Amino acid sequence: MWAFINKLRSPKWFYAISARLQPWFWAAALILIVIGSVWGLAFAPADYQQGNSFRIIYVHVPAAFLAQSIFVSMAIAGVVFMVWKIKIADMAAAMMAPLGAAMTFIALFSGAVWGVPTWGTWWMWDARLTSMLILLFLYLGVIALRGAFTSRDSASRAASVLAMVGVINIPIIKYSVDWWYTLHQPASFTITGRAAMPLEMWAPLLIMVLGFYCFFIALTLMRTRSEILRRESNKRWVRDLAGGER
Amino acid sequence: MAFESFNEFIAMGGHAPYVWAAWGVTGGLLVAVVLHARAERRLLLRNLQRRVRREERLVANQGEMAGISHQTGGNRHDT
Amino acid sequence: MTGTEGSVSKEVPVVFHGEPGGGLAVAFWATLKRDLVLLLRRRSEVMNPLVFFAIVITLFPIGISPDPQLLTAIAPGLLWVAALLAALLSLDSLFRADYDDGSLEQLLLTPQPLAVLALAKVAVHWLLTGLPLALMAPLLGVMLALPAGSYGVLAVSLALGSASLSLIGAIGAALTVGLSRGGVLLSLLVLPLYIPVLIFGAGAVQAAIFGDGVMAHLAILGALLALALILAPLAIAASLRISING
Repeated sequence: MWAFINKLRSPKWFYAISARLQPWFWAAALILIVIGSVWGLAFAPADYQQGNSFRIIYVHVPAAFLAQSIFVSMAIAGVVFMVWKIKIADMAAAMMAPLGAAMTFIALFSGAVWGVPTWGTWWMWDARLTSMLILLFLYLGVIALRGAFTSRDSASRAASVLAMVGVINIPIIKYSVDWWYTLHQPASFTITGRAAMPLEMWAPLLIMVLGFYCFFIALTLMRTRSEILRRESNKRWVRDLAGGER
Repeated sequence: MAFESFNEFIAMGGHAPYVWAAWGVTGGLLVAVVLHARAERRLLLRNLQRRVRREERLVANQGEMAGISHQTGGNRHDT
Repeated sequence: MTGTEGSVSKEVPVVFHGEPGGGLAVAFWATLKRDLVLLLRRRSEVMNPLVFFAIVITLFPIGISPDPQLLTAIAPGLLWVAALLAALLSLDSLFRADYDDGSLEQLLLTPQPLAVLALAKVAVHWLLTGLPLALMAPLLGVMLALPAGSYGVLAVSLALGSASLSLIGAIGAALTVGLSRGGVLLSLLVLPLYIPVLIFGAGAVQAAIFGDGVMAHLAILGALLALALILAPLAIAASLRISING
């Protein structure tokens, strides 16, 4: 554990190891997303209530999962950065935030589109959609705060603190919004909240979720490598690298 | 297979605009994110190379200058 | 060598002998008193949020409709949102003056834990913003045709809730105090985190109107306050350190 943490201190080590890991995650993401898409779009049976519009679930749920997971990852990276002063963690956190916001946007957009055939309206103050909207605001706050500082170290630490505060608040927000929703709209039809889903329906969903996670890891590795080039451009080994990767 | 024909697949049982809009935006965004990451990496590498080359040239120029001044100095000593 | 060290350690209590025992409590009360006196001298700054609250509440009947039935229905949410925005308005100045004249830096250098001193500052903010807003809200409730019997709950829920709002908001204020254009950013950071308090605060008033039990809501508001009371001072202290050192 300590050996690993100490290795993480070295951007050079991370740059090398991520170069080896990255292709595997890209390949896994591509394969899983292609299989999941074909299965979910063409082979999974139509829902008996919603017909084919339920196929939106295969993008909505993975994006929503990822949106929440990325915020948690960002907060964990923030803790790692604040406790052990590991710069890689902060670089990864900085690169995760825009993807998290994009995933939140996808979840919101697909949810809104799904709402048209299901509820007959683009927007409903559904508990899940409302929580997602608040999550989007939290992401935008973290991104804006990081951008507002001129000193990179302050920006990193401020964004880490805000991510930690946010991650403590996310469950509270989620439960209070759920409670608020049941109070104002009792026993309403939610789009994803049903218990029994046949295997042919949830198997592609699981594959899509895994594919999205692999995509997230691959992209974060790739962009963290770019961020290393940006921040460590004065280091000797980065210079040598520029000569090598012509 | 949940659909009889390709046209039926496209029609999505009348839900085509919704299903394809959601999938299209998701796919488009994922592709855009990857393209952006690739462009970012290329740009960074190019800038880094340019900088390294510029500094190499600078060092070389300085070396040349030093060499010239040394030569002239030497010449002066000769005469 | 050891002799000089001994003499130094013997001298230290002599130096601090002038200070009464229980340095932490003394520091807490001293900070509290100082901030109270300072703010009470600038009375307009204390009055502004209250005036803002009253004006916003006046705008809604003008903008929507003077129909008492409609106003009754929206009054709890309206009063809570307006009070929340009024409290937010005054947050930016929470650390601003101390940051500008350098006394915040002195606060950081004191041997007492910064979290406790920050808590004193937040307490002053609540005493001069949250509490007056809570006391004023019933008056504005009359203007919005709030049914009788919910006035007490409105004031209590606002008093409890605004304490949480001050604590959470102070995190944002501490993060943005070093930034020249922190005002708008502050609301972007803080407002999403306010949502649980808003839900249960407005919920309490609504429950009082419908004649339901309000204790559950108030208990949850109290729980949120307890959680904020434990965690927020630490986050505020960390944020102040970032803003000062960065």
